[in-house]
Amino acid sequence: MKVGVVTFPGSLDDRDAARAVRAVGAEAVTLWHGDADLKGVDAVILPGGFSYGDYLRCGAIARFAPVMDALIPAAQGGLPVIGICNGFQVLCESHLLPGALIRNDHRKFNCVDQRLVVENAATAWTSDFEAGQEITIVLKNGEGGFVADERTLDELEGEGRVVFRYAGDNPNGSYRAIAGITNDRGNIVGLMPHPEHAIEEGYGPSTDGLPFFTSVLKALATA
Amino acid sequence: MTAHPTTAQVDKPVLDTVAHAAQTPDVDQPWVELGLKADEYATIREIVGRRPTSAELAMYSVMWSEHCSYKSSKVHFSLWGENTTDEMREKLLVGIGENAGVVDIGDGWAVTFKVESHNHPSYVEPYQGATTGVGGIIRDIMSMGARPIAIMDPLRFGNLNHPDTQRVLPGVVAGVGGYGNCIGLPNIGGEVVFDDCYQGNPLVNALCIGAMRIEDIHLAKASGVGNKVILFGAKTGGDGIGGVSVLASETFDEGGPTKRPAVQVGDPFAEKVLIECCLDLYAAHVVDGIQDLGGAGLSCATSELASNGDGGMQIELDRVPLRDASLRPEEILMSESQERMMAVVEPGKLDEFMAITDRWDVEATVLGEVTDGDHLVITWHGEVIVDVPPRSVAHEGPTYHRPLERPAYLDALQDNGTDTLGRPVDGLGLKSDLLTLLASPNLCDKSWVTDQYDRYVLGNTALAMPDDAGVVRVDEETGRGVAVSTDCNGRFAKLDPYAGAQLALAESYRNVATAGATPLAVTDCLNFGSPEDPGVMWQFREAVKGIAEGCKTLGIPVTGGNVSFYNQTGDVAIHPTPVIGVLGVMDDVARRTPSGWKTPGQVIYLLGTTSNELAGGEWAHVVHGHLGGLPPVVDLGAEQLLGEILVNASRDGLVDAAHDLSDGGLAIGLAEATMRYGTGARIWLDAVCERDGIDAFTALFSESTARVVVSVPRSEEVRFTDMCTARGQVHARIGVVDDETDGLDVQGQFTVSLDELRTAHTATMRDVFGG
Repeated sequence: MKVGVVTFPGSLDDRDAARAVRAVGAEAVTLWHGDADLKGVDAVILPGGFSYGDYLRCGAIARFAPVMDALIPAAQGGLPVIGICNGFQVLCESHLLPGALIRNDHRKFNCVDQRLVVENAATAWTSDFEAGQEITIVLKNGEGGFVADERTLDELEGEGRVVFRYAGDNPNGSYRAIAGITNDRGNIVGLMPHPEHAIEEGYGPSTDGLPFFTSVLKALATA
Repeated sequence: MTAHPTTAQVDKPVLDTVAHAAQTPDVDQPWVELGLKADEYATIREIVGRRPTSAELAMYSVMWSEHCSYKSSKVHFSLWGENTTDEMREKLLVGIGENAGVVDIGDGWAVTFKVESHNHPSYVEPYQGATTGVGGIIRDIMSMGARPIAIMDPLRFGNLNHPDTQRVLPGVVAGVGGYGNCIGLPNIGGEVVFDDCYQGNPLVNALCIGAMRIEDIHLAKASGVGNKVILFGAKTGGDGIGGVSVLASETFDEGGPTKRPAVQVGDPFAEKVLIECCLDLYAAHVVDGIQDLGGAGLSCATSELASNGDGGMQIELDRVPLRDASLRPEEILMSESQERMMAVVEPGKLDEFMAITDRWDVEATVLGEVTDGDHLVITWHGEVIVDVPPRSVAHEGPTYHRPLERPAYLDALQDNGTDTLGRPVDGLGLKSDLLTLLASPNLCDKSWVTDQYDRYVLGNTALAMPDDAGVVRVDEETGRGVAVSTDCNGRFAKLDPYAGAQLALAESYRNVATAGATPLAVTDCLNFGSPEDPGVMWQFREAVKGIAEGCKTLGIPVTGGNVSFYNQTGDVAIHPTPVIGVLGVMDDVARRTPSGWKTPGQVIYLLGTTSNELAGGEWAHVVHGHLGGLPPVVDLGAEQLLGEILVNASRDGLVDAAHDLSDGGLAIGLAEATMRYGTGARIWLDAVCERDGIDAFTALFSESTARVVVSVPRSEEVRFTDMCTARGQVHARIGVVDDETDGLDVQGQFTVSLDELRTAHTATMRDVFGG
C-alpha cells in the first residue's frame, strides 16, 4: 500500500505523517506541492504545519497548489484523504469538507494532550476504533475553532458526519465541540488534533493515533 | 511647518568611495554617534591608511561593537582554554569561535547547540525581539550543517504584578511560540523566572540544538580563488539598522528616509523554507563555506567568511536584492534583515546550487567571489566603497582590559544571613509555607507559557517541560538522543558570582543526569550589567572563572555561548545571570526518567545530604523578601557521583522517576513529583533529620545541592541501595508512592491534598494573564 504525504512549503508534520505510515507497514510517498501528480498512491495525508506561512488565511494558498488540482477530483472520486490540522484547513478551503477553522476563542496557540470521543467509526480512517471510544492525542494550533452555519452543523450531526468531538472542556471554542468531520462517503476526514504524534510509546501522550493508519490500510484492502 | 522636499529638491549625495575618502581626509565623520571611541576611530584610520569611507566606518562600528567583538569580555576567555583538558577536547568536534560548538555523541552523530541573548530588542518590541532571537540562534545551528531539532527559551522578567511585565511577557511568549511553532521545532524546556532586578531589562535567551552526521559539519570560511559568494534567502530591507541610520540621515539631511526601526522583523515561514533548502544544499555537497546573517548583517558575513578563509573577497553590493530600493550602501551592509544566508560555492557547482534554491523558491544571488588578494573589496555600481583587511573588521577589533573591583556592598550582603528570619514552628506553618512557595511566581505552574509552544513537532520529543530536562531522539533506528537543561539562580550569583555560576552549572548538570543522560558539553549565556562598572566586571570575571573551573572538574567542555552586557537601568545592574545549558547523551531516550511518580508501592529515596542552606533560596525570597548570606556550598564531586548513580539507575531500570531538588528544596520537589501524574505519597523525615542534624523545616526548604528524589520499584530496591552503598552515595528511604494518600502526607507534620497543591500551583499565572 502506498500512502502519499503532501509537502507544501511550510508543512511541518509531513515527516511525522510519513513515520506513522511506515509504522503500520505501508510505504510513504512524498508528494510535492508543485507537481499535479499523485504518483499512483492509494491514499493521501495532508499534514499539519503552516503551509505558505498561513499567509492570507490558513490553507487558503495551499488550496491553489498544483498538487490540489490532482487531489481534489481524486478525493471526490473516493480516494481516502485525511487532513490533519493545517491539512483540515486546506480541505475546508478546498470545499472538500464544509465549514471553516478560525482563531481559537482564547486567542492563543495551545499545545495540549487532548481527549476526544470517536463518534463515527465507519470512515476510511476510523474503522479500527469503536464508536464512543475515548482517545487522547495531541492538539496544537492557533486556529482550531471549527465553525459552520447552523444548517450545516445540523446536517453534519444528522448524517453522523461528526467524527470526533472534544471531551472535557472545549479547548478552542469549536461549535458543538467538533474536532473532526467527514464527507458523505466517509473517505475524506479532517481533524484538528494530531494522530501522527501518538504512534510510539514514549514519544507522545499515547499510541491512540495508530488506528487511524491501520484503518485506512484495512479500507484499502477491502476496497 | 514646511512641506517635505521632493526627491528632486535634494542634492544627489556624493558616493563616499575609497577614492573620495582619500581626497577628503578632513571630513567630519559621525563616529561618536556610531558608538566608537576616539582611539578606536584613530585605529581605523591607521588600518585603512586614510579616513574610512562611510561604508567602512559603518562596518567597523558595528563589528567593533560590544555585541559583535566581545571587546570587554574576550580578555577573560583565556580561562576557557586554560581549563579545557585534552580529555575534554576528545568529544569536541568544533569548539568556541565558530557559529556554534559541535560534540560527538557517538555512532557517527554530531550535535551542535548554543544559547544566545536577545534581551534589549525584546524589551523594546517583545514579539519581534523574541521571534528574531529564536530565528537567529536557529540560523547559527543551520550554518554548522545541522538540521535544527529542538529549541529552549530561558526567560527572565521583572515583577509578575508590574504592569510592564504584562506588556513584555505575553509578547515575548507569543513571539517565541509564533516563530518556533511555525518553523516546526519542538520547544522542550527553558525557564520562566521573575525578579524585580529584570524589570527594565528582561532576559530573553534562546537555545537551539541541531544534529548531523559527523562528515556533514560545515564551517564559515571562504577559500578557493574564484569560488562564488552567494547571498540567499530573504530580500534585504531597512530593518535592524541601528546606529547606522545616523550615516543615512547625515547623508540625506532632512527629507531623506526616516530612521527605521532598530528591531528586526522575523518571518518563520521563510526560515522554515531556508532550513529545508540548506539541508538539500548540504546533501548535494554544493556548499564549500556557509555563514548565517545575523547581527551586523552583510558586514559580519562577508568579513568573517573572508577572515576565516585564505584569500580576499570581492563583492558587488549593488547586486543585493532589496525590499526597499532607497537603501544606501552602508545601510545594506548593516541591515539585519532576517532569514538570509551566505554560501561559498565552487563555480562548477553553481548550477546545481541554483536549481535547489529554485525548487524551494528561495532567491539566490551571486554577489562576488573569493580572490587571491588579502582584502575585502566591496563595490557599488563599479566604484570601490570598501577596501579593508577582513581580519581587522572581524577578528582584530579592540580589546579592553576593564578595571575590576569586588563590590563594596558584598561583605555586608554576605553577612546578612538567614538565621534571624522567622521560621514556621509547627506542621501547619510548614504546610502554609509550602503552599505559599508553590503559588509564588518562580515556582508556580508555567503551563500558561509552555502550552503556547509546540513540544511535539518532529515526533522525537521524549521529555519536555515541566520535566527536569528536555529530551529528544536523534537517531530513529537506535533511539540515541540528547537531553538539555538550562538553569541559573541570579540571586546566588549576586551573593557570590563564582559560586553562583557553579551552582547554575551544577543544577543544569544534575537535571540532565536526572533525566538519565550522561552530561557531555556546556553552552552559556552570560547576562550582566555594564562592563564599564568595575563591580560588574568583577562579577563577570568571577562567573567565567567559576564556569571554566567547574567544567574542568566535571570534565565537560564549554563549546560556545554568548555575552550580553549593559543589562542595567541607570546605575542598577541586573543580578549577574550566567545561564548555563548542559547537553547530555543517552543511548536510548526511551529509557529517560520522568520527574513524577505514578506507580503505587514504589519507594522514595532522597539522595544526598541536607544542611542549613537557605540564603538566596526561594523560601527566603518569597516568605521574607530577603537576599543575603552565602549561597549553598558547591560540591562538584558529589554532583558527579550523583550523576553516575542516576545514569546507571536509568540504564538498568532501577528508578522510575527522578526529580532534581533545587528551587524551594525538598518540599517543592515532593509536591511537583506528586502533581506530575496526580499520584500521592507518604513521606517521613525523621531519619534524614537525625542523620543530617537538621529539623523538618530545614529538611523541607533548604536548597543544599547534589540532591534528588527518586522512586524505586520494590523489585529493584536492593540492587539500587547496593549500588548506592558500593559507590558511597548517601541515600535515605524517605517515603512511599501511595495512591491511597490524596496528595502528600508528611508524617508527623502535615497533610496536603492534591487539590490544595494544584490550586495553589496553577492559579498564579492565570490570575494575572487570564485563562
